[in-house]
Amino acid sequence: MTSIAKPPVRHPGLPRNSLGLTTRDYEGAMSTLCAGCGHDSVTAAIVQAFWELAVPPHRAAKMSGIGCSSKTTAYFMKGSHGFNSVHGRMPSVTSGANAANRDLTYIGISGDGDSLSIGLGQMCHAIRRSVRMLYVIENNGVYGLTKGQFSASSDIGSTSKRGEANVQPPIDPCLLALTLGATFVARGFSGDKAQLVPIIKAGLKHNGFALIDVISPCVSFNDHEGSTKSYKYTREHEVEVSAADFVPLRREIVAPNSPEATMTVTMHDGSSVRFRKTHDSYDPTDRDAAYQHVRNCTVRGEVATGLLFLREDENDMHAMSRTVPTPLVDLPFESLCPGASALDALMDEFR
Amino acid sequence: MSQVNDFSLKIATVNGTGSASANSLLMQAIFRMGIPVTGKNIFPSNIQGLPTWYEIRVSREGYTARPPTIDLVVAINPATYEKDVATVRSGGYLLYDSSWPMPSELQRDDVTVLGVPFGQMCVESFERDRDRTLLRNIAYAGALAALLQIDMDVIHEMLNEKFGRKRALLEANFKAIRLGYDHARSHLPCPLPFHLERMTATKDYVLMDGNTACGLGAVFAGATVGAWYPITPATSLMEAFKEYCEKYRVDKDTGLNKYCIIQAEDELSAAGIVIGANWAGARAFTSTAGPGISLMQEFIGLAYYTEVPCVIFDVQRVGPATGMPTRTQQGDLLSLAYASHGDTKHIVIFPADPEEAFYLSVAAFDLAERFQTPVFVATDLDIGMNDWMVKRLTWDDSYRPDRGKVLSATELEGVKSFSRYIDADGDGIAPRTLPGVGAKGAYFVRGSGHNKFGAYTEDSSEYQEVLDRLAHKLRVAADHVPAPEFRLQPGAEIGIVSIGGCHAAIKEAVDRLRDHGVIADYMRVRAFPFTDSVGDFLTKHPLTFVVEQNRDAQLRSLLAIETGVARDRMTAVLDYHGLPLTADAVVAAVTRQLEGAAT
Ligand SMILES: Cc1ncc(C[n+]2csc(CCOP(=O)(O)OP(=O)(O)O)c2C)c(N)n1
Ligand code: SF4
Ligand SMILES: [Mg+2]
Repeated sequence: MTSIAKPPVRHPGLPRNSLGLTTRDYEGAMSTLCAGCGHDSVTAAIVQAFWELAVPPHRAAKMSGIGCSSKTTAYFMKGSHGFNSVHGRMPSVTSGANAANRDLTYIGISGDGDSLSIGLGQMCHAIRRSVRMLYVIENNGVYGLTKGQFSASSDIGSTSKRGEANVQPPIDPCLLALTLGATFVARGFSGDKAQLVPIIKAGLKHNGFALIDVISPCVSFNDHEGSTKSYKYTREHEVEVSAADFVPLRREIVAPNSPEATMTVTMHDGSSVRFRKTHDSYDPTDRDAAYQHVRNCTVRGEVATGLLFLREDENDMHAMSRTVPTPLVDLPFESLCPGASALDALMDEFR
Repeated sequence: MSQVNDFSLKIATVNGTGSASANSLLMQAIFRMGIPVTGKNIFPSNIQGLPTWYEIRVSREGYTARPPTIDLVVAINPATYEKDVATVRSGGYLLYDSSWPMPSELQRDDVTVLGVPFGQMCVESFERDRDRTLLRNIAYAGALAALLQIDMDVIHEMLNEKFGRKRALLEANFKAIRLGYDHARSHLPCPLPFHLERMTATKDYVLMDGNTACGLGAVFAGATVGAWYPITPATSLMEAFKEYCEKYRVDKDTGLNKYCIIQAEDELSAAGIVIGANWAGARAFTSTAGPGISLMQEFIGLAYYTEVPCVIFDVQRVGPATGMPTRTQQGDLLSLAYASHGDTKHIVIFPADPEEAFYLSVAAFDLAERFQTPVFVATDLDIGMNDWMVKRLTWDDSYRPDRGKVLSATELEGVKSFSRYIDADGDGIAPRTLPGVGAKGAYFVRGSGHNKFGAYTEDSSEYQEVLDRLAHKLRVAADHVPAPEFRLQPGAEIGIVSIGGCHAAIKEAVDRLRDHGVIADYMRVRAFPFTDSVGDFLTKHPLTFVVEQNRDAQLRSLLAIETGVARDRMTAVLDYHGLPLTADAVVAAVTRQLEGAAT
């Protein structure tokens, strides 16, 4: 069994969001992942972010492929529709769902195997298409569910549990996304919820494809000495290159202007992302600079985290395809079918 | 027998040189003269420079299958002279470009060879190289107009419609038509013994290809999302959908689209998009051919097992890969019926021609939503890309889509709780909910084992319960898919079973067999899974011929698997050279078999 219903426990003291819901209302079935798996921490951050944003659960859709990571959509927001699709193909299913109903909030959960090997093409093309969704890669450097094979994000020299060293170069989803024109690129660490939650919130509000690569260690197959995706290694090598706060629209007036804020990016719906100073030179709105910076970190053996790049004024899939603002699923049939007289007139063109 | 309005011609040209528009001009002009006509384009997988043929059949009786014999060949492509001259019937005619001395390979004692210096006339009459090449085609159309008595007023009217606003082009075309026409009139025996005379048989008809009909069907059915990856011969289906969406689905005030077409990165993605969009509540579809169906396998199984509706058009072609992608075949019957891994079975619909393709496309969307399952519309290159003479399409404005069992927000309010896969009505169909509609409606779609509540399970009996219900659902569907078409005759001694685009040839073959004294009952299977009447027909006809266009008798296998009638009780008549079926092939196969049985 990989999902067990949780007993309904009342917590009268829990704080409520503007919908009157507590974080428990954003939880899902009991996780059946290994104790200590990074993915469970990402789930917790997602619960927190959705609760803080007060998204009505039934107005969100949880999409995933196959893998331990992809299973986690069952472990949060039981009140949302979920689609656990096939391995590596969540981006296309989400593209279709979004094409049909643009008004839902889409979150896609994937793994490094799901996204960077079997589903690499689908991920790249969903980025190009600019599907409005938050795309989370729970990146542990291995195939967890099939028991520990190297994935395409394994670093050269990183060793498997049996001591074998990986020899092929890794794919960095953040660098890849930057070259493909992604408009929201971030990296987090499952062990740093304080950093992750605002990034998830900003990603959910982004008007386009938002990618978060979350280093999320696999305690069963890739958390040993010699692995570059272990908790220990990530803690020691993480460098926060840009710190972002998410400021929702409602609180705009009262939010204190954080003293060290260097830059504010206004989101599509009027909320904003405030970047705090971390690196003197880092500009999270400059694609080439961001690329260079992340690349430099990698060369130095550092793991660059934070909201690495953000651009809010690009077109999403619907703007590019010039679709009506009403979700296509809500258009009445009468406005879709040309009708008998139109067909009759058209027939004259076929003579 | 008089050959007025009853003959065929074949035009051999080089593709990419503009012959296609001259050929359809000819065919359309004949159609407008009220005479039943069919055109079959036999083209290479290439953009420019390879041989291509166009066969036009004129049939006052209205037969639309590929012509049995060729009375006249127009040999414009020297590269295929030898082959082309061989296709003319004995006593027939050959028209060639006599700008050059007649090559010896065109010589045939039993064929009358006619020459018109098309190339030379065009070089003398037109300045630009491009005009000289393109208008040579119009010139041969002019010569044919004289030889066959095509009404020049009709041709002028059509050129006017086409080039009306482009004066210079119109003049050039008029001139080219006259070059051929006048030369033929003064030098050749016009009209030929077989020629045209006006009729009134095409008044209620149109000339339309099946891909246009399917694309139009998707528009009328209310499909809003189309996802695809380009592939011949399915490309023009999505292009037609786009064309009619642009015509009918653009909001007048805002200029925004009431549709979304996604050209995906491959067919896997196209299938995923269609599944996602249908899951979210849109009518969504894809158009592809065999290679695309192969790539979609995993997703098809997911849609079947998770019960997400989707419509997939398969315009069948010869496979695999680069074999003969621009030739027709019915080679995907088995792979569609049981597509994907594990226990699966799918609804497949087989239209016979573009007219039926339109109506059954609409039906496909209804069936997909009613039965919450993938539905394939299987046509082929011949139906999809050739112009057929079919009845004018009509529409009933009272039509409303059958969305199947989808719980509305109010219905959801009324239920105590919702579980996705409960079969309350006993028809195997469980109500579904759409994302975003109501807080109570949430459920989790998973391909891996789920029980009837939609929850994860690895319990064997819970899994089997779902699988059994799916089988039941498909059995129920058999009574709702398009029923077979029967053409029964008193005193029939044999049965003929066929499918899809074979229909045109079989209808003709049944008539011809009757002339030979062989009375045949005919059943055209229109959908899978089969209704009981399919098996009944087989049982009632101990001598049955199953006619289809593939090597391995796939329809016969399906019939044997699904009806329990033994395979060897059905005689396979197979045609798989990549060209549309002819009535001759069917008549010959049946009579050969009957004679064999008699001796
Ligand atoms: C078509 C297909 N091939 C192979 C598999 C087997 N498979 C399941 S999960 C998985 C790898 C998952 O790795 P990742 O995406 O990194 O997820 P993780 O378990 O590490 O979170 C594979 C290969 C499958 N489900 N489908
Ligand atoms: S195998 Fe690894 S990735 Fe999978 S649940 Fe266990 S720790 Fe997590
Ligand atoms: Mg992994």
